[in-house]
Amino acid sequence: MSETNIALESVIELQRQYRFQFEPAQESFVLLYPEGLIKLPGSAGEIMKRVDGKTSVQGIVENLQQAFPGADLRQDVLEFLEVAYGRGWIKIK
Amino acid sequence: MEEAGSRSSSIKPPLWVNAEITYRCPLHCLFCYNPVDYAHSGAELTTEEWLRALRQARELGAIQLGISGGEPLLRDDVEMMVAEAHKLGYFTTLLTSGVGLTEKRISAFRDGGLDAIQLSFQDSTREMNDFLSSTKTFELKSKVAKLIKQYDYPMVLNVVLHRLNIDHVARILEMAEAMGAEQVELANTQYYSWAMVNRDQLLPSREQLQRAEAATNAFRERVGNKIKVYFVVPDYYATRPKACMNGWGSVFLNIAADGMALPCHEARMLPGLTFPNVRDHDVRWIWHESPGFNAYRGDSWMQEPCRSCPEKAKDFGGCRCQAFMLTGDATNADPVCDLSQNHHLITEVVDKAQNPGKPVTVHPIVFRDDKNSRKLGEKKGAPVPTTAAVDS
Repeated sequence: MSETNIALESVIELQRQYRFQFEPAQESFVLLYPEGLIKLPGSAGEIMKRVDGKTSVQGIVENLQQAFPGADLRQDVLEFLEVAYGRGWIKIK
Repeated sequence: MEEAGSRSSSIKPPLWVNAEITYRCPLHCLFCYNPVDYAHSGAELTTEEWLRALRQARELGAIQLGISGGEPLLRDDVEMMVAEAHKLGYFTTLLTSGVGLTEKRISAFRDGGLDAIQLSFQDSTREMNDFLSSTKTFELKSKVAKLIKQYDYPMVLNVVLHRLNIDHVARILEMAEAMGAEQVELANTQYYSWAMVNRDQLLPSREQLQRAEAATNAFRERVGNKIKVYFVVPDYYATRPKACMNGWGSVFLNIAADGMALPCHEARMLPGLTFPNVRDHDVRWIWHESPGFNAYRGDSWMQEPCRSCPEKAKDFGGCRCQAFMLTGDATNADPVCDLSQNHHLITEVVDKAQNPGKPVTVHPIVFRDDKNSRKLGEKKGAPVPTTAAVDS
């Protein structure tokens, strides 16, 4: 299929034109950029919340599994971050 | 669907606030979307009135804030607005011609938390930029672009396209790349206000448009993800109307220099509607309750062919202002739609624009300046009903 860019040891951060925050009126995390807004509800928001330019993808997975025990989230995280990378929201440090 | 009494609960919060903090402008662009009679508009809001309106809109749920004009930098309190907006949690973009953006100011914006700067250019060459804006600003804008990058701002370059500059799209994009822009908006002129006055000079031919789109696509292929390029087609060349403002009173709140709250930049022109002023009313009441903002929500106002059209939920019948300007009735279908019985009003104008090269008429260009604005304001005759609230 398509090539992958994000690995478990990758450290990622938001591209600088984006800002991530929670919006009570939308009841959702959002990604803001000049003249636009992307809603990141549910797991997408929870993953992005942990993207801080310091934690590795593996660290993000572990952190999520502590918050939401039971499920194996590794695949979900990798898939979402791959999409986020493809859309230019995040970069690899 | 909803009864009038329960309407408020079905109204989603605004996402975008556009604060046109002044109508004053050192440029005189012939396609400006400010009202042609801006010279007759009331006194500008004070700093405190702006801050109050921004707080109220944010409480309501608005997220994106555009600080625009006119040229917003003609006010010396933009720094205060930026800082307050940042504290409130807005994503704030300054929309500027670059005139007045000194290093001292950009540094204060940086400290205050301004998120992005959108710089307008009129063309890729000094001659055309200066002609189209009726000023000598090209070199100043180039300097400002450098300053924006020096302060590590994401830069959005906005170029309004039309018959006189659309053939330069490839060069415009090269200029944007050289300046380090992250985002380029090639916005074809929409025919309102000053652009409507100058429509014959501005509407490109179909061939010009196709060439420009091809040049844009070639550029996109070359630069990939690095620069986001938006190409906004002129709706005169479409057969379905644009989903104007994503629906009336749906996501967009425009606050004009004099405090009038509007569902779009142009709605002031619509007869029979009164729009509230943020001086007199809370933004929550304005958004949810005011008759102006509720006038064209939902679809009960629609006439045929919109009323029974399966696409009405997608395009909302197009633009109310365009329907009014061209047909005299804001509840008609936007004549851009080829299902509209008034579609010929568009195709006739488009047909006239097909001889490439020269402007199609000898009617002189009307630059946006105070003298022309006063003249156009008088020509409109009876005072525009929507300015009534200004002095109250």
